[in-house]
Amino acid sequence: MSNSAAPMIEMAAVSKWYSPQFQVLKDCTTSVDRGEVVVVCGPSGSGKSTLIKCVNALEPFQSGTIRVDGINLSDPGTNLPKLRARIGMVFQHFELFPHLKITENLCLAQEKVLGRSREEAMAKGRALLDRVGLSEHAEKFPGQLSGGQQQRVAIARALAMDPIAMLFDEPTSALDPEMITEVLDVMVELAREGMTMMVVTHEMGFARKVAHRVVFMDRGEIIEDRSKDEFFGSPRSDRAQLFLSKILAH
Amino acid sequence: MFQFDFDIILKTLPYLLKEGMAFTLTLTALAAFGGLVLGTLLALMRLSTLPGLALAATGYVNLMRSLPLVLVIFWFYFLVPYIGQAILRTERPVEVGAFASALITFTLFEAAYFSEIMRAGIQSVPKGQLSAGYALGLNYRQVMSYVVVPQALRNMLPVILTQTIVLFQDTSLVYVISITDFLGAASKVAQRDGRLIEMYLFAALVYFLISFLASLLVRRLQARTAIIR
Ligand SMILES: Nc1ncnc2c1ncn2[C@@H]1O[C@H](COP(=O)(O)OP(=O)(O)OP(=O)(O)O)[C@@H](O)[C@H]1O
Ligand SMILES: [Mg+2]
Repeated sequence: MSNSAAPMIEMAAVSKWYSPQFQVLKDCTTSVDRGEVVVVCGPSGSGKSTLIKCVNALEPFQSGTIRVDGINLSDPGTNLPKLRARIGMVFQHFELFPHLKITENLCLAQEKVLGRSREEAMAKGRALLDRVGLSEHAEKFPGQLSGGQQQRVAIARALAMDPIAMLFDEPTSALDPEMITEVLDVMVELAREGMTMMVVTHEMGFARKVAHRVVFMDRGEIIEDRSKDEFFGSPRSDRAQLFLSKILAH
Repeated sequence: MFQFDFDIILKTLPYLLKEGMAFTLTLTALAAFGGLVLGTLLALMRLSTLPGLALAATGYVNLMRSLPLVLVIFWFYFLVPYIGQAILRTERPVEVGAFASALITFTLFEAAYFSEIMRAGIQSVPKGQLSAGYALGLNYRQVMSYVVVPQALRNMLPVILTQTIVLFQDTSLVYVISITDFLGAASKVAQRDGRLIEMYLFAALVYFLISFLASLLVRRLQARTAIIR
């Protein structure tokens, strides 16, 4: 079913309105190839979160098409929960389930969605927890971990589903500065292993290090969609230049 | 001169507790549980995007909240046999029994109140939690039962317990259908032996103590969950 030549994520002319007067996404077209890392940036309120949430159908959109691994999201026959299970997502505010222990956070969807046994899910969860360096916190509750630790658990939770792609929505912007690196390190490693990633972030250091392409959004439009070197070398639009100068100033 | 008779309380205590209090506590526990389950379903209906479901649940809740409990107990006791007859198409009214009738009534009545509590509880769970659940591939039912409702219950536990204390006191209204709950048992003794003051004072003291201790417990619980959050 999956066509390995086609992009992993394909968006064509996606438009979304929150109300008839307010169009949040305007004809957005872009794609993410298999193994590619695409960074999405832009001013606050430009629609980055909305765009990335459309990719796993957490947000509905009114026109255009999105295909993930060749599957059209708008196709009435598409099983959205099943498709979402194959796409990992990491949120700005971690969104670990506070009433569940770390291990239970890691196992829940593996068991309920993928039908894995407790042992299997646990083994997978522990291996990933070890990978993000948090084995000793397995039996704690999310509230007992620091922000950076919670975000690493959230990444592990998404990876436990063996995703074909990972979406990140400002994964470090709610973190204290000293915790940003520990999360970015995990993401860099993931990118280097060839994970397909779409990352909304203002961490331009991360973009320079691992991104293949940079998408710049403003007021619901994709203004630039270019290779990393082109984007940082000479952003074509004034808006992107202004944005970069602001962000790189500090 | 009036002589306060402690003996009568001591002598009838086993009866009061075994017949009366056992009934009161059983009814409270079962009705609280049933009301919470049904109330949670009603809350989910009210918050659903299907207008028919939401309307039906809202109508039900508003109806129950506008009727005096005594009346509902009373009517139910007389109506349930006939409703059963209509549903099961039997020749005679279905015999339900006072306990079952009281349990059904309290469950249905409390569900209206618990649904309001659970609605607030469900809405107190941040939207990002639902997104995270869906993003992992959980469906609506799974997101609700593993992510949202457990947190709603936890957030609302003090209010739920407080409502249960109110229910505990309200169960004494079953006297209208001649059930012997704790108050009923005390009342029987009082009438039989002409010891109204002793028995009613004692009953009041017991209701007060249990309710007061339970609310102390709730407050301690509240303080503890406040730290966790
Ligand atoms: N549910 C909603 N209803 C109406 N408007 C919304 C809703 N969610 C977001 N918006 C608006 O849509 C626009 C885009 O929001 P979005 O969250 O996608 O921006 P963003 O680029 O992620 O911004 P930020 O950098 O602040 O996270 C904003 O103007 C926001 O106020
Ligand atoms: Mg955002």
